[in-house]
Amino acid sequence: MQQFLNTALTGLTLGMVYAAFALALVLIWRSTRIVNFAQAPMAMTTTFVALVVIDAGFSYWLGFVAALLSGLVLGAVLERVVVRPVEGKAEINAVILTLGLFIVLHGLAAVVFGNRYRSFPAPFGLEGLSVGGTTIALNGFGIFTIVSVLLVMALLVALFRFTDVGLRMRASAFNQEVARLLGVKVGSMLTLGWALASLVGSLAGLLIAGGSLVHPSYMDSVVVFGFVAAVLGGLDSPLGAVVGGLVLGLSLSFVSGYVGSQLVALAALVILMLVLTLRPGGLFAQAPERRV
Amino acid sequence: MRDRIASLRQHVLARHLLLALVGLLVVVVVVESVSDYRNTQLASMAYLGIAAGGLTVLTGINGQLSLGHGALMAIGAYTSALLLPDRDASVPLTLVVLAATAVTLVVGAVVGLAAARLHGPYLAGATLALAVAVPGIALYFKETFGGEQGIRVVMPDIPVWVLDAVFFVTGQDLTRSRFTAYIGWLTLIVVFVLLANLSAGRTGRRWRAVRDDEVSAELAGIDLGRARVSAFMVSAAAAGAAGAILAFTVKLAAPSAFTLTLSLTLLAAIVLGGLGSLAGALIGAALLTFLPSVVTDAGRSAGLSDIQAAELAPLVYGLVMVLVILLAPTGIVGSLRSAALRGRARRRTTSPTTTPKGTAA
Repeated sequence: MQQFLNTALTGLTLGMVYAAFALALVLIWRSTRIVNFAQAPMAMTTTFVALVVIDAGFSYWLGFVAALLSGLVLGAVLERVVVRPVEGKAEINAVILTLGLFIVLHGLAAVVFGNRYRSFPAPFGLEGLSVGGTTIALNGFGIFTIVSVLLVMALLVALFRFTDVGLRMRASAFNQEVARLLGVKVGSMLTLGWALASLVGSLAGLLIAGGSLVHPSYMDSVVVFGFVAAVLGGLDSPLGAVVGGLVLGLSLSFVSGYVGSQLVALAALVILMLVLTLRPGGLFAQAPERRV
Repeated sequence: MRDRIASLRQHVLARHLLLALVGLLVVVVVVESVSDYRNTQLASMAYLGIAAGGLTVLTGINGQLSLGHGALMAIGAYTSALLLPDRDASVPLTLVVLAATAVTLVVGAVVGLAAARLHGPYLAGATLALAVAVPGIALYFKETFGGEQGIRVVMPDIPVWVLDAVFFVTGQDLTRSRFTAYIGWLTLIVVFVLLANLSAGRTGRRWRAVRDDEVSAELAGIDLGRARVSAFMVSAAAAGAAGAILAFTVKLAAPSAFTLTLSLTLLAAIVLGGLGSLAGALIGAALLTFLPSVVTDAGRSAGLSDIQAAELAPLVYGLVMVLVILLAPTGIVGSLRSAALRGRARRRTTSPTTTPKGTAA
């Protein structure tokens, strides 16, 4: 029973991180119809920025903010300079481009920050909390993870629902031509979308890194999990991405706890194939629609 | 005589076999004249080339993107390793390559069946998951696949008749690394002839039709699913053969050799060379084999440390890959081809303007 509870709690924390990462993928997919496979190395790069700031003697929180801001800038710059020319072209070009970016950022990080494992600090205790005399698999950092992801989601919902900019972003994602006719600067909205997505991705990177080791390829499997989570939710809906992330986090945690941690990626592949065959539109698809 | 050459040029199989023969001669000359170290590099180029050839047929001709070819190579390599446990293993290497190809073909059929329903980013994501998942299987079933350490591949002794035959032709003793290079390149030539023939014929036309327009292809009576699955199977079989050559070259089948990086590297190879062209796949494989040492030396002389310089190569080909997509989406071979076409078109447009003048005068 205790193992079950602890596995579920670990899954919940992991699921929150996958949800954040899936949310980043969904934000970009909605605005530009591109799955950003370079999201993982982008988050890895910004986490290294945080590590450099922290190693220079500044506080964890300054590093945290530096990583989020550099994520914002990195996303905007990449969209403007590299991604803009392939938007609306053959989808295979966009996929190859993001994979090329994947290799570039990887190589760049290995040259600049070194291709070795480095430990990343955590702002809160990593000791499990004790409830009624037994220690549970939820620590201070886990709670911080859950709270910060929820906070970012709430902020995003508020942005899209209640602000003028959010409305414009939704308009440009809905129909570029119409939005442009109504005076929305669609280009800037797409750049903003990429910047926000990159910020959310950076948050996911920081949360995975906290209290463990970082390395240029430490996010590689997360891009797969994030993608599976996003597809679970239908790739188009932010709420779906969050639910997909939680479902995936829980399932993978149970596979890891009861079968073996080596098979986690295989389980993700099986889940992905099941979803794509049975419900290609995601768990919440309303009408049967050919999208895949 | 000219007519005969022209008819030979039109006969696809004859042309491919002729090219293969020329290729074989070049291979013998090159393998015999370079050092053992270079021969190991040549063997690596052979397996990258075979896998890239398979991938370029799938991606360039059928329009399906696979990031799982590293995983498919792993299946070929592990099959070979299991068949060559010690020096007394009596399985001939040809059979090992065929077995690796066959096993990967079967796996490719399963993956292809699932992949045929997907397109674009979905297919990329699913095959990406495959690339990440397969090494985990090798880690989980430690007893069979040797876990993190992997399985050692013990190459059998070179058969006496091969030694005699090579000595008879070249007058040099055959070293082990030369032998591996020969096996790699012979496999590459066979695979490339088969791939070139398939894609030039009816099957290739179907694959192209499915890539260009699904609806028209279906109206023309092409079974979309069958065309996609068959392309994936052929491509997977090539990856399996490549995995076998990799196992012969590295003499080890271990999960660390089949990371996501390998799959991405193969994609880089076909993008650099030009999607859909076998010559491009070979150019890409050559770049990936020989570029790293050049770039590493350049980095070292520019003042980077050894470790940093070693990381420069992926950075360079990643950058080139991005630039190719942005500036020349048809790759090296495609750009050369379109430049040639432009040149021919220019000549054709200039010649009619000169002839009327000539008749007027």
